Amino acid sequence: MKTWLARQRYLVDFTLAAALRRKGRNAMLLGVYALMIFILASVIFFGSALRREAAAALQGAPEVTVQNLVMGRHALAPPQWLDKLRHMRGARHVQGRLWGYFYDKATGANYTVMTPPADKPDYALKPGETIIGASIKRLRDGRNLGWLMLLSPSGKLFKLKIKRTLPETSELMSADLVLMARADFLRFFSLPEGAGFTDISMQVRNRNEVAKIVEKISRLLPTARVITRADILRTYENVFSWREGIVLAMLSAALVAFAIFAFDKASGLSAGERREIGILKALGWETSDILAMKFWEGALISLAAFIIGVAGAYAHVFFFDAGVLAPVLKGWSVLYPRIHLTPSVDRLQLVTLAFITIIPFTAATLVPIWKAAITDPDVVMR
Amino acid sequence: MRKSTLVLALLATGLGALALEAGHGLVRAGRDGPAISRMAKMSADLGLTDIALFSEARFVRHLSQADLFSPFQDAPMSFEHFPTGSLASPPRRFGPTGGFASTIGKEGGS
Amino acid sequence: MIELNEVTKIYNEGQPNEVVALRDVSLTIPEGRVTVFKGPSGSGKTTLLTLVGCLARPTSGRIRLDGRIISALPEHFMAAVRRETFGFVFQRFNLIRGLSVIENVMIPAYPLGPDYRGLRARAGALLERFQLAHKARMKTEVLSGGESQRVAIARALINDPQWIIADEPTANLDSRLAGQFLDEVRQLKQAGKSIIITSHDERIFNADVVDVVVDMEDGRIATVEER
Ligand SMILES: Nc1ncnc2c1ncn2[C@@H]1O[C@H](COP(=O)(O)OP(=O)(O)OP(=O)(O)O)[C@@H](O)[C@H]1O
Ligand SMILES: [Mg+2]
Repeated sequence: MKTWLARQRYLVDFTLAAALRRKGRNAMLLGVYALMIFILASVIFFGSALRREAAAALQGAPEVTVQNLVMGRHALAPPQWLDKLRHMRGARHVQGRLWGYFYDKATGANYTVMTPPADKPDYALKPGETIIGASIKRLRDGRNLGWLMLLSPSGKLFKLKIKRTLPETSELMSADLVLMARADFLRFFSLPEGAGFTDISMQVRNRNEVAKIVEKISRLLPTARVITRADILRTYENVFSWREGIVLAMLSAALVAFAIFAFDKASGLSAGERREIGILKALGWETSDILAMKFWEGALISLAAFIIGVAGAYAHVFFFDAGVLAPVLKGWSVLYPRIHLTPSVDRLQLVTLAFITIIPFTAATLVPIWKAAITDPDVVMR
Repeated sequence: MRKSTLVLALLATGLGALALEAGHGLVRAGRDGPAISRMAKMSADLGLTDIALFSEARFVRHLSQADLFSPFQDAPMSFEHFPTGSLASPPRRFGPTGGFASTIGKEGGS
Repeated sequence: MIELNEVTKIYNEGQPNEVVALRDVSLTIPEGRVTVFKGPSGSGKTTLLTLVGCLARPTSGRIRLDGRIISALPEHFMAAVRRETFGFVFQRFNLIRGLSVIENVMIPAYPLGPDYRGLRARAGALLERFQLAHKARMKTEVLSGGESQRVAIARALINDPQWIIADEPTANLDSRLAGQFLDEVRQLKQAGKSIIITSHDERIFNADVVDVVVDMEDGRIATVEER
């Protein structure tokens, strides 16, 4: 065992000395490789932290949301629906909600305008008052401190007093919220009283009966679309998973890079390399020593790249708030929440990443050596 | 210095850094607990259904609420007209029937 | 003592480009002596060395080392015999480019996994002996021909083998360096090593340090001259 270790260390010595001969090429290889792992690991870290935080925040999402669909489009739910649903057995806290989107020409950002539920004193608003998300405050950057000026879709100027800003630690959920009183909301969007609701939310008395309630609603209101909390949670369980476009795109880029590299390696050893293997064999190295030496080459490079990439990705996502990913995530959004994610690591994905990077790379360095390593060393005498 | 010593030391340093980061993760997870609870409370109070990471189109702003057609309403060309459309997939129950009340009972619901 | 018994080596057997490099060679190579193989180009000298040095196996016939058959060993054991019994000095030296002189000298010992300091000290002492201590950290490609050869000899000696095998060691060297090589051979012989050399070079096979000269022709042994 001790000599085995000593022997492997000598093989590592040799493979390092040999790798140093092509310093530039190997440094570049390591760099590209580490960068690739950095990006993939960043997405993994970001995704799993985001998923966890979303799951925690959405635990209290409405159990059931009922939307009205007209010609496949989301339309206002008629006020009568509220009564029908309120009379349904097992339904609690049935509430008609008003929320919508507003494009603010002044800042170029989209806001989500909402009326807060009437029974929550923390968010009680008098007409003329508003509570806004922290990102909006940041976007306005000190202008009109204390007041929010909005030009309504029908061209009326609204001047709302900012009662308070939602906490920055909750920005992930509330970045673009503009809360206003019901009367303001109706005036702002020129809605007549009794126009209906954006959707209707409710809680269910017995959690096990959600499916039954959903079925009842569907019989009661055949044109409704019903979304359960489980649907919502499932949606976010999968956000930024392997299936998502960005990961797939990067993964395929990574695989192409690997393929090119593996092809470069596998397309045959140069005569010099072949001769070198012959020399080592003639000097008394066994086939297994040569293979072990090459194994270390692949394993050390990929291990180093993995460590650099993963350590860097962690720092990137959790110390620097994923600054590199941000431009991609922002897309065309003007408003982007400043999120300081709480670390949460999806171990399975990390292990998968390790497997799909370290193993193919090591194999790619090892395979072409095989043939040269098993041939007789007498060629070196020629 | 012997090359293997140097490189193994560097790798050990890297592993040490990873271990430190893992420790940092545990500490932060503990410290951020109250803030996350506050966020959950706020979401429950306001009845929020979606995260506000993307605000460029409604099918990404309210990922779980958007119906099958809203991408086309927001952007007549395609799903991917807005870049973030490629980052987030539609709700799992999306599809010809998914998400519509009249079919949920038949599927057994959730 | 190495004994060859009706050793035949055929390259590309059964193919149109078949070459019979050695035919039924029987010979005894004595221990503690300097044996030189000479003969025209293509007569099979190098082929014979590869068989004796366990770099390849004969097509038929047996080779014994101190009574033990080494011509039919599995790869693993052949490598061990090469490593522990033979030290090679190749015609083109075959130093590994890009590695330092001392690393090159140490390479044959790597599979044995010896203590690092001890190995380094041994390699250092060998370089000292060949007046190369000051070049230990240099890359081998900058060495002159004579220096390369001395590094190659030092490398051949690192595992302290009983047999030294040298193929055309003086082919690229001038008279002074050839003389130096013969001095080194003399030292090795005094230290009790057995040495096998192939050469076209009359400076070698006429040297007084040589004990046996084997003349080869067309894959056979023509004459064996003992001095
Ligand atoms: N790998 C091989 N495949 C085919 N033929 C070979 C191979 N190796 C050697 N030969 C042939 O075997 C014969 C003997 O070659 P060898 O190298 O032993 O001769 P040599 O006596 O060392 O010649 P020289 O003095 O020129 O070095 C030659 O005809 C050579 O072409
Ligand atoms: Mg020859």
